[in-house]
Amino acid sequence: MDTREKEIENLKDYKYGFTTEIENIKAPKGLNEEVIKFISEIKKEPKWMLDFRLKAFKRFKLLKEPNWQKPKYPKIDYQDLYYYSAPKSMKDKPKSLDELDPKLLETYKKLGIPLQEQARLNGIAVDAVFDSVSVATTFKEELTKQGIIFCSMSEAIQKHPELVKKYLGTVIPTTDHFFATLNSAVFTDGSFVYIPEGVRCPMELSTYFRINASETGQFERTLIIADKGSYVSYLEGCTAPMRDENQLHAANVELIALDDAEIKYSTVQNWYPGDENGKGGIYNFVTKRGLCKGKNSKISWTQVETGSAITWKYPSCILKGDNSIGEFYSIAITNNHQKADTGTKMIHLGKNTKSKIISKGISAGFSDMTYRGLVDINSKAKNSSNYTQCDSLLMGNNCGAHTVPYIKNKNFDSNIAHEATTSKISEEQLHYCQQRGLNPEEAVGLIVNGFCKEVLQQLPMEFAVEAQKLVGISLEGSVG
Amino acid sequence: MTEQIKIDFEKTIKSSDLAENDVNLKKQYLSSFIANGFPGKKLENWKFLDINQIIQKDIGELSYFNDYSVLNKVDVSVFVKDLEHNKIVFVNGKLEKIDFSNEEKDEIEIDESSKLESKIENNNSLIDLNSAFTNKICKIIIKRNYALKKPLIVYHLTNNEIKSKNVNSRLYFQLEENSSLKLIDFFNHNSEKNFLNIVYDFDLKKNAILKNYKIDKLQNKNIKYSFNNINQDENSISETFLLSSGSSFLKNEINCNLNGQYSSAFVNGVFLLKDNQQHEIRTSINHLVKNTKSYQLIKSVLGKKSKAAYQGKIFVNQKAQKTDGYQLSKAILLDETSEFNAKPELEIYADDVKCSHGSTSGSLDENSIFYLMSRGLNYQQSKELLINGFILEVIENITDQEIKDLIKNMIGLKE
Repeated sequence: MDTREKEIENLKDYKYGFTTEIENIKAPKGLNEEVIKFISEIKKEPKWMLDFRLKAFKRFKLLKEPNWQKPKYPKIDYQDLYYYSAPKSMKDKPKSLDELDPKLLETYKKLGIPLQEQARLNGIAVDAVFDSVSVATTFKEELTKQGIIFCSMSEAIQKHPELVKKYLGTVIPTTDHFFATLNSAVFTDGSFVYIPEGVRCPMELSTYFRINASETGQFERTLIIADKGSYVSYLEGCTAPMRDENQLHAANVELIALDDAEIKYSTVQNWYPGDENGKGGIYNFVTKRGLCKGKNSKISWTQVETGSAITWKYPSCILKGDNSIGEFYSIAITNNHQKADTGTKMIHLGKNTKSKIISKGISAGFSDMTYRGLVDINSKAKNSSNYTQCDSLLMGNNCGAHTVPYIKNKNFDSNIAHEATTSKISEEQLHYCQQRGLNPEEAVGLIVNGFCKEVLQQLPMEFAVEAQKLVGISLEGSVG
Repeated sequence: MTEQIKIDFEKTIKSSDLAENDVNLKKQYLSSFIANGFPGKKLENWKFLDINQIIQKDIGELSYFNDYSVLNKVDVSVFVKDLEHNKIVFVNGKLEKIDFSNEEKDEIEIDESSKLESKIENNNSLIDLNSAFTNKICKIIIKRNYALKKPLIVYHLTNNEIKSKNVNSRLYFQLEENSSLKLIDFFNHNSEKNFLNIVYDFDLKKNAILKNYKIDKLQNKNIKYSFNNINQDENSISETFLLSSGSSFLKNEINCNLNGQYSSAFVNGVFLLKDNQQHEIRTSINHLVKNTKSYQLIKSVLGKKSKAAYQGKIFVNQKAQKTDGYQLSKAILLDETSEFNAKPELEIYADDVKCSHGSTSGSLDENSIFYLMSRGLNYQQSKELLINGFILEVIENITDQEIKDLIKNMIGLKE
């Protein structure tokens, strides 16, 4: 077996499926005001934060769980979940990486996250979130020099309350939809990024999420603010251990770009997708929304969605500032019994706003994939334009691929163009590759990578390589 | 509303001579309608145009009573003159005249028994409403191997005796093997503020050809809903053309089931709207077996304060390999107050298919206008020329030359 084959053999199974034996502190099971107060207290939050949560919870009680999505799932008992779980050793926060629980460090090592000093070589600042709390943030000093704030949400609430107070909930209000409101009530941790005026963040910022404990939901909240004229590229990755039960992940991500600022947000999502019979896996119900608040601002979402039993999310851009730009690049791959209902929303409010959507969906096995998107050009958004392209690739005859775009144009100065195709890998393409010595799996890998190229190009270099591999692995066994 | 509708229902039943079975069936449809009411924007299919709200705003309280024992006068002056044709005439929702004098007698069978035999599977409360209140359903059977010599025009007329009324009409066509029918729907209204609910059911057997042209051209202040349910057997062809322009509200729905191999469905539509008009086309083409084909082209020209929506769906069953599905919608917005919404949807469960859709919307191309003006046309002329060319592409898809010319004349298009 040569090394490449070995590598593939290793990767075939979900390699992040291990669990880490760590003592956890959990909030009492269930969802009520007490639990919310518990979370708030354990995190030593100020009163305004608790009020924010309680307000959201009050609203949450009035909301009904939505049911319009394509992938249906058994009813979730929200009272049967732990809303807070933290490694015990985190109770007294470690001051430096050396004080971290070695088991945690080992876990992250297994995940390939460069928490330790070797990270310097990679030049990526990482904030790692384990179950509910953020355990470590690297490269803090170097970032601080430039005035960049990159820390966990809990820390930001303590140290930078004025910023959090000013921006938290401005893009995803507490009165938003069911899951977003739930998150506002019970969110535990997440990342906070602030890039000051005129600063171009010198390195990629990255968060790694991991669900470890069983029966826990993970509810992180990420807030990224790019002040005037700044730039940041941010990447998140996610994994979870293999468990038979389904676990809920309902995060909120808010991006705010002020005048002339640019945020690039990339996701490589590889939550545990369940086994080949569709048992277990993560329900990934995430709300991601970016606000181009200032003039000439730009927000770009790139996502590679390969994991999760059900992915249900629509990273969106609200293009409020004049001349602002929103972009969405997505690859979603579903195999076995995975289901995905994903896409984006581009809401044009300002003049001369532009948006671009490139979505590539690949479904194999018994999976089901839906692209659902909204392009809404408001009557005041003069001279705006949108271009949407969504292509689906079907592999096998037991899977489905669907496209549901909503296109609303209320402005006669604006142009919208949308196109979509659905196809399969043609016999000719396969034949051509095989004739040149590739085996069928390699041939499919090559063709699929070509199909996804437009999106993969958008990822930061280090992750593009990882994502490319991930694409290959996710489709393992779907040919022939 | 519930009380009123029940009273109106009893009155309507009394005016028609229905068998007990049918009355019982109708009662079921009525209770189903009462339970669901008019569809509103909470329902996915009514997201863009909320008929419940529109009826309340435009009409207010509707009356449902239709006296089927009254004989209405048919106004012959509205008949299309330059085209020899067969006629079916509805006046205020009541079928007043069937005239197939151009055809062989034995080849067309008209069954006026009122059975509600074709139960359209659709959880749509407006069809329930239609089933509950419509008069006897007339079933028209085109016999084997017979092609109608002349087109059939169905006139939907209303006169000024009715107002704020719900009018339901229904027809059922069965096209037997190798038969063909050209059907034109023509609307002429002297009334205003009524809600017309028209349901057609088509059954196309092997090799049958249906061409349906729905022409809503004359300005009127009525609210209309039209539903075509088409079932197609092997090798059959259906062609539907929709001109959506006259009424203040119109929603055309087409549900087409391609049940037989090599069957194909074509839908072409044109919206020409202005002044507060709100129109919608919703199609649902279901590819259920191998080797079927569908093609849809919808073009819109939207003037002041008008609003158009297109919801087109292509569904491909797991068994329906080698499906060819195509969908294109293009819209020109002429005014800052006009609005176009689209939802071109694909739902695909088979892998060896060729399906695509496209949708564009925007203003007239300034460069093209500049080009024409630099050649001596004024702004208005250039604009008209461009719009005509834009629409002509859809009209050219009409496969019947005679009817194509008729429609061109109606819109005032010159080549």
